[in-house]
Amino acid sequence: MLDIEQIAKTFHAGTPNEVRALRGVDLRIEAGSFVIVIGTNGSGKSTLLNAVAGSFLVDTGRLKLNGHEITRWPEHRRAQFIGRVFQNPFTGTAPSMTIAENLALAAKRGRARGMGWALSSSTKSDLRERVRAMGLGLEDRLDNAIGSLSGGQRQSLTLLMAGLLKPNLLLLDEHTAALDPKSADQVIRLTEEFIRRDRLTTLMVTHSMHQAAHLGDRLIMMVRGQILHDFQGAEKRRLTPEDLLARFEEVRRADQLDETAAEMLGRQYV
Amino acid sequence: MSLLVGSFTMGLILSLLALGVLVSFRILAFRDLTVDGSIALGGAVAATLLVAGWNPWLATAAACLAGALAGTATGVLATRFQINGLLAGILVMTALYSVNLRVMGKSNLPLMKEQTIVTMAQRFASSESRWTFSRWEVPVQDVCIVAMVSLLIGVVAATMYAFFRTNLGLAMRAAGDNEQMIRALGVDVGWMTTFGLALSNSLVALAGALLVQYQGFADVQMGIGMVVWGFASVIIGESLVGSRQIGLLLVGAVMGSILFRLLVAIALRWGLNPNDLKLVTALFVFAALVLPGAMATMRKRMAHFSGPPRPIGERGV
Repeated sequence: MLDIEQIAKTFHAGTPNEVRALRGVDLRIEAGSFVIVIGTNGSGKSTLLNAVAGSFLVDTGRLKLNGHEITRWPEHRRAQFIGRVFQNPFTGTAPSMTIAENLALAAKRGRARGMGWALSSSTKSDLRERVRAMGLGLEDRLDNAIGSLSGGQRQSLTLLMAGLLKPNLLLLDEHTAALDPKSADQVIRLTEEFIRRDRLTTLMVTHSMHQAAHLGDRLIMMVRGQILHDFQGAEKRRLTPEDLLARFEEVRRADQLDETAAEMLGRQYV
Repeated sequence: MSLLVGSFTMGLILSLLALGVLVSFRILAFRDLTVDGSIALGGAVAATLLVAGWNPWLATAAACLAGALAGTATGVLATRFQINGLLAGILVMTALYSVNLRVMGKSNLPLMKEQTIVTMAQRFASSESRWTFSRWEVPVQDVCIVAMVSLLIGVVAATMYAFFRTNLGLAMRAAGDNEQMIRALGVDVGWMTTFGLALSNSLVALAGALLVQYQGFADVQMGIGMVVWGFASVIIGESLVGSRQIGLLLVGAVMGSILFRLLVAIALRWGLNPNDLKLVTALFVFAALVLPGAMATMRKRMAHFSGPPRPIGERGV
């Protein structure tokens, strides 16, 4: 389904700000699986998602999605297969356009956009039903500008938009990190519902150990641009938030050890 | 009175310029300076073809096409070659100055006996007939011109309104509103921007073509400062309709253009030196851009001093 082969990406190569964000990531995701990605700050988890989405082209390695080699495809071309929700609730919607217009845009994701009416009455009533099914009471506000909604409402709508045409791959990039706890719960509830109903293949980055432990059927932990752990099946189901915290603690200790070791080597040889 | 009718007609014609600027400035959020060149290009192409004996409608359509090409050039420079949008516009505008001289073969091209859209409109009435409103007299031919131009602008505005409600039009609006979002929904933003600039500049060139036919000559200098006129009209229009809804924005731009032209006519009548016109226009746009923000800050400060007393600890929040 999604094949990631040895991808690497270095930002600002050859400058003092050089960041080796991805250092050879291998990952194969089967259709219908729900993969959680966790990692420390700067571990490359969001970079991995952006590499798949096409926000930038990778330096080396190959990406295959749905049988297509998409390594050199630009972002907008990959959109025909991929639905996305961003960390910032303002990124996923066009603020000065109405709810209905935003949904109409999503209803044409990755397809040719011609001179047909974007909001024919049948399209609009379809969209109204989809919004009603979310249970947020937004179905009567379809003609309001999205900019007038709260972050949680906007994120819920972005989620609906990402899944409006069933995507082959759903990318969720810390999509509840910027929300208050109540909105975050709501968005997570909708996320689970959509993924289960449409059996969406999902790659979700999260900062929440609670979400990481309770959602998904596979968990990947990234450290310094590489995959350190990959828990699947029964092993994933047994994981608790405490287990994950313990893993992070291990990484932290290893990092400290590395630093002192580097210091020692520096003293000896420089 | 005929001065007023003349200004009104000019305002109407230049409302096409305002509609073009609306597309680039407000819908695409692209500050496109090509306008100064493309309005003169539209005028130059229309005048040259009219002198060559073309049908006025065909000549006007050709002017639109030329404008679309100019907009495409700016779009390609800005999106494919990643040149800053302002600079891309300036480059094309500068190049167009030479292009316009080439098209016309000289810097000024008068239309003498040529048939134009304006003369076609005038033929609906005899040159002597007058309409009188109480003590004002208006030549009926002038009214015919206003009617013809109004009709044309009505058709253009209605077509634009319809377009911005199609799937393609919606995608164009989204490209100006949230680039990342629309890219994630599969739209090539570079292509969409180029297409929008072509549309915008074809409207501007249409304004140039009509302007030339109305004033009876084309001049290579006729574009100077036109982009600021466009900004002024769009900004006035927005404050008139007080909304960002697409239909109201279109109506506002037309109204803004007419109102602005009338204000200028009145100012000139009161003794404004025509040489100062561009300076006054620029100051006006500056004020229109800065005042709303300054007013908001002012109101906040006033509220700080005169508002109800607040508990200690909330001050300054």
